[in-house]
Amino acid sequence: MTLDTLSGWARRLQAGEISSRELTELYLDRIDRLDPGINSFVTVTREQALAAADAADQRLAQGERAPLLGLPVAQKDIFCTHGVRTSCGSRMLDSFVAPYDATVVERMNAAGAVMLGKTNMDEFAMGSSNETSYYGPVRNPWDPERVPGGSSGGSAAAVAARLVPAATGTDTGGSIRQPAAFCGVTGLKPTYGRVSRYGMIAFASSLDQGGPMAASAEDCALMLNAMAGFDPRDSTSLERPDEDFTAGLDRDLKGLRIGLPREYFGDGLHADVRRAVQDALAVLRERGAEPVEISLPNSNLSVPAYYVVAPAECSSNLARYDGVRFGHRCNDPRDLMDLYTRSRAEGFGAEVKRRIMIGTYVLSAGYYDAYYLKAQKVRQLIAEDFRRAFERVDVIAGPTTPELPFRLGEKSADPISMYLSDVYTIAANLAGLPGLSMPAGTIGSLPVGLQLIGNYFEEGRLLNVAHQFQQETGWHQRMPATFA
Amino acid sequence: MEWETVIGLEIHAQLNTASKIFSGAATAYGAEPNRQACAVDLGLPGVLPVLNEAVVRKAVMLGLALEAQIAPRSVFARKNYFYPDLPKGYQISQFELPIVARGHLEIELDDGSRKRIGVTRAHLEEDAGKSLHEGFGTMTGIDLNRAGTPLVEIVSEPELGSAREAVAYMKKLHALVRYLDICDGNMQEGSFRCDANVSVRPAGESSFGIRTEIKNLNSFRFVERAINFEVERQIELIESGGTVVQETRLFDPDRDETRPMRSKEEANDYRYFPDPDLLPVAIHTEDIEAIRAEMPELPDAKRERFVRDYALSPYDAGALTATRDLADYYEALVAACGAPKLAANWMMGDFTAALNRSELEVGDSPVAPAALAQLLARIQDATISGKIAKEVFDAMWAGEGDADAIIAARGLKQITDTGAIDRIIDDVIAANPVQLEQYRAGKDKLLGFFVGQVMKKTQGKANPAQVNERLRARLRGD
Repeated sequence: MTLDTLSGWARRLQAGEISSRELTELYLDRIDRLDPGINSFVTVTREQALAAADAADQRLAQGERAPLLGLPVAQKDIFCTHGVRTSCGSRMLDSFVAPYDATVVERMNAAGAVMLGKTNMDEFAMGSSNETSYYGPVRNPWDPERVPGGSSGGSAAAVAARLVPAATGTDTGGSIRQPAAFCGVTGLKPTYGRVSRYGMIAFASSLDQGGPMAASAEDCALMLNAMAGFDPRDSTSLERPDEDFTAGLDRDLKGLRIGLPREYFGDGLHADVRRAVQDALAVLRERGAEPVEISLPNSNLSVPAYYVVAPAECSSNLARYDGVRFGHRCNDPRDLMDLYTRSRAEGFGAEVKRRIMIGTYVLSAGYYDAYYLKAQKVRQLIAEDFRRAFERVDVIAGPTTPELPFRLGEKSADPISMYLSDVYTIAANLAGLPGLSMPAGTIGSLPVGLQLIGNYFEEGRLLNVAHQFQQETGWHQRMPATFA
Repeated sequence: MEWETVIGLEIHAQLNTASKIFSGAATAYGAEPNRQACAVDLGLPGVLPVLNEAVVRKAVMLGLALEAQIAPRSVFARKNYFYPDLPKGYQISQFELPIVARGHLEIELDDGSRKRIGVTRAHLEEDAGKSLHEGFGTMTGIDLNRAGTPLVEIVSEPELGSAREAVAYMKKLHALVRYLDICDGNMQEGSFRCDANVSVRPAGESSFGIRTEIKNLNSFRFVERAINFEVERQIELIESGGTVVQETRLFDPDRDETRPMRSKEEANDYRYFPDPDLLPVAIHTEDIEAIRAEMPELPDAKRERFVRDYALSPYDAGALTATRDLADYYEALVAACGAPKLAANWMMGDFTAALNRSELEVGDSPVAPAALAQLLARIQDATISGKIAKEVFDAMWAGEGDADAIIAARGLKQITDTGAIDRIIDDVIAANPVQLEQYRAGKDKLLGFFVGQVMKKTQGKANPAQVNERLRARLRGD
């Protein structure tokens, strides 16, 4: 059977051409066969998936038409799943079985999705290469010697290898978009507050946002319809009427003003990536879009501001992992201090510890104003840059990452160079804006991502632009030969 | 040298909401350990706080009662520290932008004068759980039922000059939160507790001495004793050439002394920062006005009204307005019997004594205002004397029925028949010729003896005024 997209499978399920059980088994078998090569799943929930598929088949047979009914999906292992281990890629939570579902999981289950399992990720979503996972690195399906990006590397690789048609991701500084770019899939980080954070294990609360990863913009729209919506359990959730993100996909791009930030095409951008992005922009122009050169003058401040705010919040968010109530506890603690220090020393990996230390430092008495408060002011400046830009343009476009997927271990010893992998994606998190990455070409066998950033609540517009691009090009349909 | 004491109090009042400040779990006291702690209270991965609006409302009521500023925008912050009964590793509190700021409270001093004490701020926060050190061998038990219980911390200016003033302030605030019905005021259960910052300085000095903080005082008596001990300790220390160390101390009521807490427990940098999981609390003027319109009458206003409307002394009015329940009882009683002074005397006398004896709150009194009013009416219409009324009251308290029924059943109706009283008087006079002679010779005090004899013979049922009047006449030989 040829592999279809999420939307394609939805049509075939509803037409009765295939059952959810058959579809689920198809993908479970692919996972069994192919995942050992890329390590994209931490947990595969075969029995539950088949039970859910059977239930979906019954509902389909009764004529029910829920948006994701019977469709196989995967959840990033940062979303709590009732009765299924939720590890967040950490030894700390290796034994943690959540007693509740995250809102995203609950909503997707209600929409009829069939969860195949939980995908690998950088530990507590901290990383850009998926090498910080307690469960070992994920490998890029396009080249197993290279990283898939992170932190949602497991979801990106699983979708790229067609081990699942769609998966959830989370994006704090680029963790959906950068791996989407590295793996050649489409990923969307919605406006902050669109997707509930309840049950999504916190890294940096003011930046974290869940979103879909799939083969196409259309699939992402279908996923987002199920994921997004107001949640009274999340105080930062946006109280807005539900939207159908598939509704505007077919709008043409005539007169669409695309802002090209000078700062996103400067030094540090790999020449081949630049060329691929410019070719992709030419396609949009042919479909009627008008490029406008713009400036986001404070762009260079986004990485430093991010590496103050995110660690600060993480140092506090991760304080609950103390070995007292759940998660990893060291053997035979001598006293309370020993319990704390050894449980945390054993439970957390190096990158998590690094960020906890940075965060603790920047919040300390005497440093708060110089770091945390200043970083918050920088955030305002960055948001203001975008506000001005969106007076002149409808969307902003540029490369998702400055370079191609790097080799495993290549940047492990150099955190700063690793952090710069997110140089183009972080600003959208700091400002709370929606951002999308889609496959825009290849260099050799490796995919290149084009990033689109929209104004607040303009996810529909981003998906529309990406969908129109995908009508014209076939980059999103390519898949790595070894996984065909 | 003359020394001056400077005290500031930080009072934690537990807000009496049904559910917790950031979760839907119940707040009721005394449940099995860890049965009233949901995923949010346990700080499980991924959970988020959602502010309970009832908490905000109660804080606004407090702010209005303290004539304070209600912040149009206040912010929850995280206070970060590790402790086993602090599930998230941080406490959600308010730091830079508290909900209430710059209020005041007036206290009455021993000499009857009044003093205005500034309230620096009042902020909302969540309580931690409890560490249980007994019954677990070398281990510590953790009970998280209390985790997430809403607290308001009320911080006074350092304007209290003695332990007595501190207690007066604390009592005033205690009465206030109960009036407002924002806190049950139960000090044994820790619903109302206090940290005291204490320093001394030479009289007339304007700068402050080095202060110590005495933590977790949960009774008025302890506050007074702890502060008195601490003041003496500091003065002795300074006078013997030492210096006070700024530190946190604990009061030991068994030994009546304060002792320093281990320094490790207080060496904290709390790394406060705004909680990104919660939005700033926005309070609009209309919200404040709506709450103001529903505020109950406050103790001071009620006291003044009692003086004015019921012609009570300020002291009586103060006693009767000590709690809202007591004042409500009094007003119901007056409405039913129409005798404010008699009602006041009864409530402050026999009624309060009976409550104390039975260890009951006003609301649990077995004698309702209407029932007590009936008893007072029988005093007023001279059916019974005040003395007999006490007996009737005790019977009512014991549940024997209403006043009229008890009077009838026990035959306590006063003898007002002049002929009957005269006959008894004549018997008494005839039986005591010696005393009669002495009386007539000028020993007026013997009147009491004769009254006593008459009352004894009537088993207290004769009208004392009537007995007096007729006895005098008979003794004179009229």
